[in-house]
Amino acid sequence: MTATRPDAHTAEPAGAPPGAPRTGEPRRGPRYRAQLQQLLAFAGLVAIFAFFSIASPYFFEWPNIKGILLASSVVGIMALGATFVIATGGIDLSVGTGMTLCAVMTGVFLTNLGLPFAVGILGGLGTGALLGLVNGVNVAYLRLPPFIATLATMMVAQGLSLIVSGAAPIYFTGVPGFEQVALGELVPGLPNAVLIFFVAAVVAGVLLSRTLLGRYALSIGSNEEATAISGIDVRRWKVMIYTVAGLFTGLAGIVMASRLNSAQPGLGLGYELEAIAAVVIGGTSLRGGRGTILGTVIGALIMATLTNGLRIMSIPQEWQKVAVGIVIVLAVYADILRRGKDA
Amino acid sequence: MTGTAQGGPPLLRMTGISKGFPGVKALDDVHLELRHGEVLALVGENGAGKSTLMKLLSGLHRADAGTMELDGEPYAVSSPREANESGIAIIHQEFHLMADLTVAQNIFIGREPRRAGLIVDAELERRTAALFESLGIVLDPAQKVGELSVAGQQMVEIAKALSFDARVLIMDEPTAALNDAEVATLFRLVRDFVSPRTGVVYISHRMEEIQEISDRITVLRDGRYVGTSDTATTTTAEVISRMVGREVVTDARPAPAPADREVVLSVRGLSTRKLLRDVSFELHRGEILGFAGLMGAGRTEVARAVVGADPSTGTIEVAGRPVTIRHPADAVRHGIGYLSEDRKRYGLLLDQDVTANTMLSSLRRESRFGFVRDAVGRRVAARMVDRLGIRTPSIGQRAKNLSGGNQQKVVLAKWLTRDCDVLVVDEPTRGIDVGAKDEIYELLTALAAQGTAIIMISSELPEVLRLSERIVVMCEGRVTGVVDNADATPESLMELATQTGSEHHLTATGGAR
Repeated sequence: MTATRPDAHTAEPAGAPPGAPRTGEPRRGPRYRAQLQQLLAFAGLVAIFAFFSIASPYFFEWPNIKGILLASSVVGIMALGATFVIATGGIDLSVGTGMTLCAVMTGVFLTNLGLPFAVGILGGLGTGALLGLVNGVNVAYLRLPPFIATLATMMVAQGLSLIVSGAAPIYFTGVPGFEQVALGELVPGLPNAVLIFFVAAVVAGVLLSRTLLGRYALSIGSNEEATAISGIDVRRWKVMIYTVAGLFTGLAGIVMASRLNSAQPGLGLGYELEAIAAVVIGGTSLRGGRGTILGTVIGALIMATLTNGLRIMSIPQEWQKVAVGIVIVLAVYADILRRGKDA
Repeated sequence: MTGTAQGGPPLLRMTGISKGFPGVKALDDVHLELRHGEVLALVGENGAGKSTLMKLLSGLHRADAGTMELDGEPYAVSSPREANESGIAIIHQEFHLMADLTVAQNIFIGREPRRAGLIVDAELERRTAALFESLGIVLDPAQKVGELSVAGQQMVEIAKALSFDARVLIMDEPTAALNDAEVATLFRLVRDFVSPRTGVVYISHRMEEIQEISDRITVLRDGRYVGTSDTATTTTAEVISRMVGREVVTDARPAPAPADREVVLSVRGLSTRKLLRDVSFELHRGEILGFAGLMGAGRTEVARAVVGADPSTGTIEVAGRPVTIRHPADAVRHGIGYLSEDRKRYGLLLDQDVTANTMLSSLRRESRFGFVRDAVGRRVAARMVDRLGIRTPSIGQRAKNLSGGNQQKVVLAKWLTRDCDVLVVDEPTRGIDVGAKDEIYELLTALAAQGTAIIMISSELPEVLRLSERIVVMCEGRVTGVVDNADATPESLMELATQTGSEHHLTATGGAR
């Protein structure tokens, strides 16, 4: 016998008579494991925090921590949406340039067309949802592999951003209050971008763990064929899942535009990989079927903390990238080790 | 071929072997002795410990207790590669071949002949051709394995195993996917292989084959050694009763069907592009309708067409009303549930728990404004665990950690929760041991008694005869007969199952399989 597991004493002996079911009380095995995993990611975050706090006297200061939170917000919001797609076993490469297109469209609506504030916000969100819808239709109905479908959208979004903006930044200086979307402080001391990130995370968390959308995303990721045979319209739900991911992309685009007080059409490429990295560090499996929003939030924070801490220690930017790469390997390997044990 | 080398040690001896896994004792004081020049049949139900024994021999697991000797020398092994090099070749039930590589590349993978670091494919193929020559296998070494038939792939596996100059050949259900002619070829290979310095351990469920090919039979049950006897002096019935540990009732039949029950499902002129031709049948409330036929007859295709998993033409009526079923979601909406023959692929979310699997089809009904109600799910799952006798430590147990029988019950629980009027069950007891089989039979019978109409597809005639009130027999995509249970015998069903369109094929299969 190896180490005793919590449920070892209820295990069925080999030769038990049939017809003698052992039901046991509803024990929450998987949930317990999920908590353990988030604990692991959280412990990693705490360790990184502790390390930098010791390494640099400037790190553990509120302005700096605020900077970390602010830096994590855009990628974090994108990662929230990406978690749903990755939970189905898919991937979304279009969130980076998609975010840019959403920012540009918001700029077109507000600055170029001078439409009301709310229209600009809805336009940005709508652009994201539309991109997600296209991804979803291409994946679910045209049966393109998610990698290809979203790669195409990534390029289309990049091109459209440049076309629509005339390859020049669109500034929001003529839109009073737009900057306040991300940088205002509804909660004193906390930038709105961070608040938006956290509220979005709570919404995403509820969506993933408490609604049909989230449950079906995880079911599809676990076993798409079995889910379909069970009478779930997999194609329709996939379209909805990609569309929801697109909404988060739109939100990220608006926050980004507000932070910069401009829409930069050349930006965005590479953000999708950071979002995917955040999701994966948070313990969501790229094969699908397993994922949590809390994990993704922690993953995004780990990424931002690492970049920030290394910069404070005056590590050159090139080496920061190397470090992030290594952390991704460590995080995912730790996850594999942990799961190998309870298999 | 009972020529035993007198006096000397046997070819392979395993003594007092025990092996435990957390919560299970897989092997308990098991013995096995393979003599030189013999074919030893190893039989037992699923879960009897045969595959664990093989994994010990191939170095995938290490025994907790006991000794292994090869030709009298202590035999210790830590990897399949080492086992091969010691002269023990194992052919697993599932193939481990790379479809996109050639036959030759597959056989010599890991030991390719190289010149200046580069693989020489011509040499590879020459060696393979020589190997095939010596084994009497007719295959093209340069062909891609993926293009071969299942039988061809089986031959590649065997050739690969024998290419290691094996003394002991262990075969696990080697004929599962072969037709009669291919089985004959396989048996010739086995007989050619056996010599005074070699031996074969032959694992199989098929009693006729064991009677034909083996010299002695070793029986395992529940991880324990039951005994070994000479094949010539052992009847099939004796072997089965040793395997099961009790007499098996094979001739139970269902009670005769009450008349004038309404038709819940009517299928007319069902055809698919590939196989099905004009399949029609009616299913009554509370009836178990059996589907019999040989492999490839189209029974599973009927099931998949009816539930909308594959496209088809024809009309389907549910409770007298024509319905369009293009997708499993349509079928489920009309109250038709499907238990696939491949429950891991089409039935279960293996990484998710009993609750999630039980609720999968009913989540929507049990949700409020899109929000899932977990408390309801847990209550329903706990009730199903009680009702179906699912043996699991908790409803939070992941499906992959359950035994085959309990997994099947979880899939059943999913459809019971959904309140289906029609259940299509395809090979409901495949890969399930005998005790659990009986439970599944009882569950299906009880469900039918409560009014559920059940289509039961099975390759096992005793199973069909035991459960179904009427039996639809198929051959080559067509219905060749619908028989009342009272009129059905294994022979009559087999005759219908081999009623091929072309006359010249009529004599194809003799015995019931």
